[in-house]
Amino acid sequence: MVEILLDATIRAGTPILFATLGAILNERAGIINLGIEGLMLIGALAGFAGTFTSGSPLIGVVAAFAAAFVAGGIHALITVQLRGNQIVSGLALTMFGIGITALFGRTMVGETITGLERVAIPGLAQLPVVGRAVFSQDLLIYTSFVLVFALWFFFYRTRVGLALRTVGENPAAADTCGLSVSCYRFFAVTIGAGLVGIGGAYLSLAMTPMWIENMSAGRGWIAVALVIFSGWSSQRALLGAYLFGGITAMQLRFQAVGTDISTHILQMLPYAFTILVLVVSTIRLQKGAGQQPQSLGLPYDREDRK
Amino acid sequence: MKLVTERRDISSPLLRFFAPVASIAVALVCAGFLLLATGVNPLEAYREILYESLGSVYGLSETLVKATPLIFAGLGVSLAFRMQIWNIGAEGQIYMGAMGATWVALFSGLTNHWLLMAGMFAAAMICGGVWAGVAGFLRARWEVNEVIVTLLMNYIAILLVDFLVYGPWRDPQGFNFPLTAQFADAARFANYFDTRLHSGFFLALLCALLLYLFMERTIWGYQIRVIGSNPQAARYAGMRTGKTIFAVLFISGAIAGVAGFSEVAGLQYRLSHGISPGYGYTAIIVAWLARRSAVGVIIVSLLMGVLLVGGDSLQMLWQLPIAFIYAFQGLILFCLLAADFFIVYRLKLVRGTRHG
Repeated sequence: MVEILLDATIRAGTPILFATLGAILNERAGIINLGIEGLMLIGALAGFAGTFTSGSPLIGVVAAFAAAFVAGGIHALITVQLRGNQIVSGLALTMFGIGITALFGRTMVGETITGLERVAIPGLAQLPVVGRAVFSQDLLIYTSFVLVFALWFFFYRTRVGLALRTVGENPAAADTCGLSVSCYRFFAVTIGAGLVGIGGAYLSLAMTPMWIENMSAGRGWIAVALVIFSGWSSQRALLGAYLFGGITAMQLRFQAVGTDISTHILQMLPYAFTILVLVVSTIRLQKGAGQQPQSLGLPYDREDRK
Repeated sequence: MKLVTERRDISSPLLRFFAPVASIAVALVCAGFLLLATGVNPLEAYREILYESLGSVYGLSETLVKATPLIFAGLGVSLAFRMQIWNIGAEGQIYMGAMGATWVALFSGLTNHWLLMAGMFAAAMICGGVWAGVAGFLRARWEVNEVIVTLLMNYIAILLVDFLVYGPWRDPQGFNFPLTAQFADAARFANYFDTRLHSGFFLALLCALLLYLFMERTIWGYQIRVIGSNPQAARYAGMRTGKTIFAVLFISGAIAGVAGFSEVAGLQYRLSHGISPGYGYTAIIVAWLARRSAVGVIIVSLLMGVLLVGGDSLQMLWQLPIAFIYAFQGLILFCLLAADFFIVYRLKLVRGTRHG
């Protein structure tokens, strides 16, 4: 029982984890991205279509990354190069993603694929409780474990990561040091978007191996809230994503067992819980636990430098 | 040679006026390529959109019918924009407004037409207002990000209405469809010209006028504008920003809630699953394109009405999903943001590698 719930938690949390990590990469460079929901859908459709045409889920994952990378490029172009309003551009990206995937996904509705398969790690997979949930998962889940560590290492142990954080905190100082603010921001946005796309692909390749219109169902927005919960740290993002995975797993379990509570009320839980988590983490943030990147949401123009 | 950007000394009013027009034109061209990619001739599609929405009395009336909820919701969102507050939750507020109005229509026991109208109106405003007010309270009290809260409240509102129409409020004679019973005649708006055009449209125009007067002619409107453009100065002048934030989001949600009232009283005569096909999201574009002007909200709503009516017929003719309209709206916003850049900056070719 615990084993099954833990397994369901990790599987339901993984798409949100990828999306949150991608959003953290965006925001660390100082760019708010409210297009996460749209990017997840683009990743989900590209991942499904890529797998459907090639027969290989790995090619699907690459397609998802590439498609979201390009779509993120629009947001990057508008917010970085053209210094446009980041909130409006992100909302536009979400709308664009919902629309374009509905349009191009028509031919994919009802098709089936063989999704990502579980790969058991010899030895570890036989462990009690965590064996199946942690060491007998698909490749994307293992990738997400590595990615959490890799992002931490990148931000705090590499020169480029330090430069990226500087760009998000104080772009004028970064510019003075000879760093290209627009270059760092552009690639933080696009690569972050690509990660979000992989999160979307997890929905259509592993959780339910098919394409359903609007299948992300608000997970992108939950990820946006989790960025604040995480305090822009990848380890806390893991915690947050699995918290939500856990709630989803419980909700599905309730529905499967059959209770008197309406499914509609149960489905509200993740959204209501997100609001609660957002309030608590905002209050924590104000009490000095972690800090958002200083220049988050502000376009940088060298002519404004003081 | 190197391409650099340079800030314009002055941005001409002409440029400001043409930027939105040019954005829509560019978005039309981009959307045309999307249509081509799905095997639809874009010129035929655009001709169809114009013909269906403006080519007949019926088409025109349908355009006004679709514009009605957009005007309400657009006004609500743009009121919040005035204060740099983002109300992305108009969709949920429409659902809650429709829910409140339906409760009065079906369960209050009122039978007098005007009493019912007043009751439904008030209930819609309160429900929509409370829905947005939650975000307003959290923002005013703890500075919780209102974008995320208002958006997540949409999902909850839609599920709440689903819960009601699939459960306790479902019409026992409704063959198990997710709908409530139909309203009595006393709980309905009047229709005009033998079309679906109803009093909600005129109520929306009145609402725009009132909001304009409120913003431009009252002390509260002045405060909202000051807090929006310079919160520090406002605080220094003794204005209570926290209370105003809550009040503005409440009123913003209340106006969007009236859109829900107008939909159930003027068009559907009942509450049902999917009562709003995304009017609340379109309202964000309406408010942004209208640039904070109440007249602008009406004009852009009519424009979006054309698009929605046309979109319906594209769906029927070529089986294009209605969500395609979202892609188009996203493109309009992208182009508008890009155009904003060229209002403030100009591109210049410079010799050598000198940095601008």
